[in-house]
Amino acid sequence: MSTRNIAAVIVFSIVTVFFIFTALLMHSFGVPDESDMDDYIIENTQEETGANNGVTAVVFDYRGFDTLGEATVLFTAVAAVIMIFRRLKND
Amino acid sequence: MTEMSKIVRTITSITFPFAMIYGLYVIAHGHLTPGGGFQGGAVVASACAMILVAFGSKWTIDKIKEKKLSAFESLGAIGFIALALLGLVFGVAFFNNFLTGSNFLFGNIPPTGSVFADINTGGVLPLMNFAVGLKVIAGLFVIVLVMAYATTSFKGVKK
Repeated sequence: MSTRNIAAVIVFSIVTVFFIFTALLMHSFGVPDESDMDDYIIENTQEETGANNGVTAVVFDYRGFDTLGEATVLFTAVAAVIMIFRRLKND
Repeated sequence: MTEMSKIVRTITSITFPFAMIYGLYVIAHGHLTPGGGFQGGAVVASACAMILVAFGSKWTIDKIKEKKLSAFESLGAIGFIALALLGLVFGVAFFNNFLTGSNFLFGNIPPTGSVFADINTGGVLPLMNFAVGLKVIAGLFVIVLVMAYATTSFKGVKK
């Protein structure tokens, strides 16, 4: 084996060990470390926004600016597609 | 894209209303059940794309022009931003939910923990769902329609 291959194997082993340690150190599924924001939204969504669907309440009320950006992205995409694919004459 | 066989067109005519009603239901109940303007709009645009595939782009663009769909998309965007600005006028901030708790439209507040659906809740959320739904329906359908029509060759097909 050349020196280059040996170096590649060593680097690959080190990275794999780091990934495995990171996977072992992760907290278990469904048990977040910080849940203050989740608890606040779950407890206060219905009386603050009046909506039963918490996801819609977050998307359109708590994080409305994010949805405005998404709508702008969609608008830009549609404008670009129409600009490229329009037919100037019905040939 | 030319039209497909009579079998495909008949099956499309039968299944189109069901897909349409399901998408409009997802939009209208966006503040109560999973889904919302984006998701329901994608369902309705899929139903319209099914019509486009079955009946051909020439037939479809004779029924509805892409300029009209562009106008609908701009109308949805203007409605969305206008609702956000009304929050600044009647409420305290941009995107303020000023209709919640009022005795006007969509003003009821459900008790916390309630899972029973009351359509008259949510404040501006149902109106925003309608605006975004209109925008997504028109936007996605006009993308598919314009691309299908621009890549169609009418040289061998008599008009």
